[in-house]
Parts: sequence; structure tokens; C-alpha cells
Amino acid sequence: MSKKYDAGVKEYRDTYWTPEYVPLDTDLLACFKCTGQEGVPREEVAAAVAAESSTGTWSTVWSELLTDLEFYKGRCYRIEDVPGDPEAFYAFIAYPLDLFEEGSITNVLTSLVGNVFGFKALRHLRLEDIRFPIAFIKTCGGPPNGIVVERDRLNKYGRPLLGCTIKPKLGLSGKNYGRVVYECLRGGLDLTKDDENINSQPFQRWRERFEFVAEAVKLAQQETGEVKGHYLNCTANTPEELYERAEFAKELDMPIIMHDYITGGFTANTGLANWCRKNGMLLHIHRAMHAVIDRHPKHGIHFRVLAKCLRLSGGDQLHTGTVVGKLEGDRQTTLGYIDNLRESFVPEDRSRGNFFDQDWGSMPGVFAVASGGIHVWHMPALLAIFGDDSCLQFGGGTHGHPWGSAAGAAANRVALEACVKARNAGREIEKESRDILMEAAKHSPELAIALETWKEIKFEFDTVDKLDVQG
Amino acid sequence: MPFQSTVGDYQTVATLETFGFLPPMTQEEIYDQIAYIIAQGWSPVIEHVHPSGSMQTYWSYWKLPFFGEKDLNLVVSELEACHRAYPDHHVRIIGYDAYTQSQGTAFAVFQGR
Repeated sequence: MSKKYDAGVKEYRDTYWTPEYVPLDTDLLACFKCTGQEGVPREEVAAAVAAESSTGTWSTVWSELLTDLEFYKGRCYRIEDVPGDPEAFYAFIAYPLDLFEEGSITNVLTSLVGNVFGFKALRHLRLEDIRFPIAFIKTCGGPPNGIVVERDRLNKYGRPLLGCTIKPKLGLSGKNYGRVVYECLRGGLDLTKDDENINSQPFQRWRERFEFVAEAVKLAQQETGEVKGHYLNCTANTPEELYERAEFAKELDMPIIMHDYITGGFTANTGLANWCRKNGMLLHIHRAMHAVIDRHPKHGIHFRVLAKCLRLSGGDQLHTGTVVGKLEGDRQTTLGYIDNLRESFVPEDRSRGNFFDQDWGSMPGVFAVASGGIHVWHMPALLAIFGDDSCLQFGGGTHGHPWGSAAGAAANRVALEACVKARNAGREIEKESRDILMEAAKHSPELAIALETWKEIKFEFDTVDKLDVQG
Repeated sequence: MPFQSTVGDYQTVATLETFGFLPPMTQEEIYDQIAYIIAQGWSPVIEHVHPSGSMQTYWSYWKLPFFGEKDLNLVVSELEACHRAYPDHHVRIIGYDAYTQSQGTAFAVFQGR
């Protein structure tokens, strides 16, 4: 049906608030937490978000009659109260699939979290969740290898992977750095990691680091008879540099590299994930800058969205917080998004912060990485929270051991295996954590000393960003 | 004098992946782990290899995977039979998960020489 051009300004809700709309299976759905300016009705705010993140602009324009905007527009189809917060509300918006370029997370985010976040009618806006339709997911490459393939490559079964970040994080020469890697791996860790801000600084150029680390990994592998690896951080200033570093890691026969997907950007990350898939390389993903975007409860993007985006863009391991360590993260929320990293179907569950059913189809899963301020005493809780498909990383908890990194690594490995063994035998590992660790320490002086060293260290601060519940 | 003041020497050990850092399990502890494998719905698989080949991806199957086997005692007697037949080989048990096509768990029960 053709329409006539009627210049002027219409209210957004006349076009973009459609409570009668039933979302299609192919629609991309989003849930925004909106806090509008005083006096602006909820429907108008919600419709404005739908409009500004899809086809709309502030004025009617003649050229929109050249197409059928009914086919392309985003629609707000539901508004809900936010429990415990009288001024904010959830707006649920459906976007037609054809608004987005196939396989492009960059494109999805440019639309959904673009200009709309600076919109004056809003005081705050937070993207809480996205339901990606399976039709879109099928156009994304996803994890270059996934959990199953990574386990097969590394020969690790029936337990979490065990790792640590090399410390001090900055300032070591390549040769000294390789020494620390060797100590950790010979002590029983599976993997070690470049700190995120190690790229190629004057004190240690990347090529120097890669060569010494490769020697350390191979030697530890030979001596222990186990498969070892180190996440070589390839994050660089330009895509060309990024690929040059990745190619060199492959030349050295290393199993895994690393990228920072938010500071590096989604385009770089997707490209690197594709390279990894082609070259049989595992990909570890760090998330520097995420807390700038995801920590404020009313503004920004929730980490569950960033986690889903990473699974689609590509990575085999992603940092998720620890729940129990020094960094922010509530337990139920964390469980909600690690499900979205690993499972093939995740049902809507508000008690875990998941606003939609999410079908991942055959997309491989991503290991959840817990890292930051954790030590042996946390091991039972970490295993209970994260399960086997995770990578537990103890930095200070490895290098801080009075006997050094190798003994620290052994202490963690003994503690981890004792907890897994106890869990499999039917014991309640969180309740019996003390007994399990003390029993294991009888056979391991390294663990006994670690337990003594870190017995008083706790990080008990309240979480800033909590699930929305009635207070 | 606090015991931390003495730095110990950590000696590298050759291990066989999962549970490699725990002392050898008692018979009862091994039973518990096999019961766990069965309770997860995984199929028990027994593999063995000469120690010189322990880093190979493929170890030799003992017979075939015991698909759908729920009898704990049978699995234990097969483990022992494998060990008797290859006394100087490493012998490991795997909980094979056909749904993920992965190993739910795997650990060495007998260490070869």
C-alpha cells in the first residue's frame, strides 16, 4: 500500500511501539534497561530506542517512502518494570534479520549500541541481553576450535585446565620471562599466559618473548610427559602486525595464541579467529576494557552480551571473572553467561540474568577462564562454580609460593586434582573444602605451605552490579 | 623458626595427566571413580601403551570400548586382565561421552615400567 509524504515530526511511539507484534524466530531480540528523562512517557522512550537503533531518525524524511520501512524497522513489543527500581524499565525490541550483515558482530553492535546511547531523551541506557536468531548464528564462524577440539589437542580430560599469568606482568627480559614460564609448566600447570598489557615493549620485544617461551614450553613438555602451552599475546597496533605475530607462533609450533577482543576490536578478533581456524591454532581471549562498558548497573552493555558476541566472533577461551577472587562478579549472573559460552541451548532464566531462550545450534563452546586474585583455598568453590569446562588461573597464587613458581604450580595442581577426585567420589566439595585440602596436603609439602601462606586472604566486597531483584 | 624460612627444591616429575599429582589410588578409590564414570552415562574404555609411547594420541584399546557397560565389577576385572596381559604398560581408564565425542574423564590406573 503506497503512502503519502507528510513532512514534520511524529512521535516515535506512533511508528515504533507495537505491543501487538509477535516476534519472529528470525528476529534479533534485544532487552534494554532504560532510564528516561523526567516526564517522557515509557512508550516514547522505548520507541525512540527502537527507532534510533534501527531505521528511524528524528524527523520524517521523504526518502523513507522509497522503501517499505515496515519490513526493516525495529519494534518495541514489550515494556516491563525493573524489579526494585521504580525509575527504570526494560524495553524489548525486535529487529528484522535483514537489518544486519551476515556474520558481522561489528555491524550488530554498531546498530544496537551506536548513536542511541547518546540520545538526549535518555538519562541511562543499558543493553542487557540479545537473543541471536539461529539464522544469524549460522552465518558466524564462532570459536576456531571449541572445547572438545581443545581438549583433544591438549590431552586434558575430566578436569578444568590449570594456568597462570606470568608475573611481574611488565618489565622482564625475554630470557627471564621464559624462565618463569618453564618453572610454572614443569611444576604442573597446563598453560601459562602473557599478561594483557604485554605486547612488544622496549624491555621485551615480542619475537624475543616468543622464542624463549617456545623453548620453555617444549622443554617442560619433554620433562613432564604432558602437553603444555603458553598463550602468546598477539594483540598489536595494526592487523598486519597481529598476523605477523600469529604466523611466527605457528612457525614455532606453539598450540595457542591470545588476543584482547575489546581493545583490539571485533573486526580484528573475527579476522584472527578465522586465521586460527585455518591454521589449527587455539585462541585465548582476554577482555581488557570490559568493566568500563559493563560494570554500571544502568548504563552500558552487560557482559553477557559481550560474552555472546565473543562466542560468535570467535575464541576458544574467554575470561569471565572468578566470583570468589579480587574482581567483580555475582555468582548467579556468572553462571548465566558461562552457560551461554558453553551450552548448545540456554533457556530464559531471570534468576541467572538470561532474558531470552538462546539456541546456539552446532556452534562449538568456549572455555570459561577464571583468573584474578584466586588461590588454593578457593579451589573447591571454583570447581563447584565453573565445572570441568573451565580454565582456572592463579597468578599470585603460583608465583607467590615461598618455594617459587614450580612449587606453587604443583600446589595448585594437587589441590585441583584432590577436589576433582573428591567430587567424583560424591563428596560435597564446598562444604568439605577444608578437609579435602588438608588431606591432600599430607602428601604434598608444596600444598601444605601454600595453604599456610594464603590462609587469611579474602576479597569480601559487595558486588556493584547485581541482578535486578525486589529489594 | 617458621617452616617457610626453608626453601625446598621442587623436582620435576613425569606424570600421566589427570590425577598424575595425587598418590596412587587405593582399590576403593578407583572403584569410586569408575562408579562416577558409569553414573555419568559414559562408556568405560581401557587403553594401554608402553611407557615409551605415553605421549602418543592413540594408545592401544584393550578389546573394544565397553559401550553401555554398567557393571562396576566387570570393568575392574577387565582393568586387571589388561594389566596382567601387559604388566609393563601404562593402563588408563576413560569415561567416553558419545554425545560430545569427547572423554568425560581419563586417568592412569596402572603405571608401567
